[in-house]
Amino acid sequence: MYLKSTTALTVAALTLAATPSLAAEDLNALIWCDHADPKLLEPFEEAHGIRVNVKEYEGTAAGLALLEQSRPGDWDVMVIDGVDVGRLVERDLAEPLPVEEMHTGDYFPQIVLEDNNTVDGVTYGVTEKFGYNTIAYNKANVDPADMESMKALWSGKYDGRIAIYDYYLPVIGLVGMAQGVDTADLNADNLETLREPLMSLKAASRQVSDVVASQTSLATDEVDILVGGGEWLTAVLNADNPDLDWTIPEEGGLLWSQSLVVLKDSENKEMAVEFVKYVTSPEGQARLATSECYWGMPANSKTADVLSDDEKAVLRWDDQATYLERAQLYPVLDADLDSAMQDLWTDMIQN
Amino acid sequence: MRIEAHEKKVGVTLVAPALLWTLAFFLIPFAAMVWLSFSHMEGRDIVPGPDFGNYIKIFTDDSLFRGIVVSLEITLTVTVISVLLAWPLAWIIAMRVPKRWQRLALMLAVLPFWTSYVVRSYAWALVLGQKGVVMDFLTGIGLLAEPIQIMATRSATVIGFVHFFVMLLTLTIYANLVQLSPNYMRAAQDLGASAWQTIRLVVIPLTLPGVITGAFLTFVLCIGDYITPQILGGNNELTMPQLIMLQLGRRGDFPMASALSVVLMAIVTLAYAGCARWLRMDRV
Repeated sequence: MYLKSTTALTVAALTLAATPSLAAEDLNALIWCDHADPKLLEPFEEAHGIRVNVKEYEGTAAGLALLEQSRPGDWDVMVIDGVDVGRLVERDLAEPLPVEEMHTGDYFPQIVLEDNNTVDGVTYGVTEKFGYNTIAYNKANVDPADMESMKALWSGKYDGRIAIYDYYLPVIGLVGMAQGVDTADLNADNLETLREPLMSLKAASRQVSDVVASQTSLATDEVDILVGGGEWLTAVLNADNPDLDWTIPEEGGLLWSQSLVVLKDSENKEMAVEFVKYVTSPEGQARLATSECYWGMPANSKTADVLSDDEKAVLRWDDQATYLERAQLYPVLDADLDSAMQDLWTDMIQN
Repeated sequence: MRIEAHEKKVGVTLVAPALLWTLAFFLIPFAAMVWLSFSHMEGRDIVPGPDFGNYIKIFTDDSLFRGIVVSLEITLTVTVISVLLAWPLAWIIAMRVPKRWQRLALMLAVLPFWTSYVVRSYAWALVLGQKGVVMDFLTGIGLLAEPIQIMATRSATVIGFVHFFVMLLTLTIYANLVQLSPNYMRAAQDLGASAWQTIRLVVIPLTLPGVITGAFLTFVLCIGDYITPQILGGNNELTMPQLIMLQLGRRGDFPMASALSVVLMAIVTLAYAGCARWLRMDRV
């Protein structure tokens, strides 16, 4: 109790700033930046005569902290990393979803991701968008043939022209795949074997950067390759610089996915479910897929009927079957392995 | 006696809002943070202390300890460079620029304060980039055969910081310089001191409170800054604020973030103790 009070005080400023103004006609959503696009929200708001209040967050830990320190009922829906839906369920924060009302029947089968969204047979989340953490590059400066294998990253040819996306899960996953370790097999023992290649990759790199800095660096020719990048990073830059491309090398790439969850304490569950249904509908999916913050593949395959040919070309719609075959899922980590991976990541940055 | 009691009552009433404010928004949160720093994580749960594990880890884990070293190296470098640049600038504005133009000169000096800190950092990212104006100029005049890397290095972080803190220091030193009576300098020259000796032996010692005050403010703001190293440093090394953000945003490790914050505050307190003798805010 005492601890809870102390924690509450520590993050009071954060939560006070983040707590939405409550009104019966409001829907309050903890989101990633792609959901802040008015193009996505306005049709839902107009159709239901409701206002969607959004609060962006980055990183599941920050999202959980916001949620746990808010008053019950402050938030109705939450966007979360697909692999972290279980963390909401662990904390008894997620509401079961009426899966029969969702559009999952039209989903790419590989993207339903039941292991992520279902706990003990109950569905708590629904995948809404996915893509790949792989290799993004500037084909004006990099030979596309080199990018067919991750070996090129350690070859010395591109030293100083590489950036590493600052997210430990996909990049350690990619380094593992380059070393022949599947993401599903990552454990405390083989994690240490990845230290040396990870450190070598850092030595060959110019920077370790977040989304904005990565985009800026690629767009301004500061770097030519981004390890961990993908369509989500290059698609929004495509119109200005068609040379910015991405590929899944022969070793494979990581499939990222984001899920939408209705929160257990929501006081507006009916509308929250409506919002989930809207976002997973082909129309909502098309708007989310091409959000101004970042693009990504829609989970609903029927979105093909709504997207333009140009948009599908940028998303590589026709290549998805091959890509999905070669992609591995994010590792689902227990707390100890997660901590060990983050320690390794911090060591990499500091050395 | 009654008047004294009345005055005391009025004094307490007047001070009470400030005290309550400090209590509510500094002392209580600070106490909570210190208490939390003695807790630890088990899996993804916070376990109450007292436990010194976080502090032991900060000083024994290479990556965490390096955060302290990196922060101190950057902060001291920035503080020294900023003082060396700001003192002559303040001197020129206070002593060489005609009175009627001083206000304009000061305004120009503090102009960077008027732009958003984040925007200014991103602007530096573009200026210092491979195809930025600095490299264009240096390669254009033939000083460099090809662009070198400044962006995403510690140098970029230092440049971004210095640009900001020179302005702050210029203000504090200028405020000190204009309060100096010209008689001190005249007396020194009457006694045979050269211009340089007058500056070195009279003016600089007399402006020390302004310099130390500005340097202390620079130290405090610089060591606690997250934005500049994050944008300009390229995440090639982590300062303490970056490590704190890492614990909060990614690991959800509030106890470790609290412990790092307490260590950061301890460093600032030590810096204050070291400067206290010269810190005269009323002179600024």
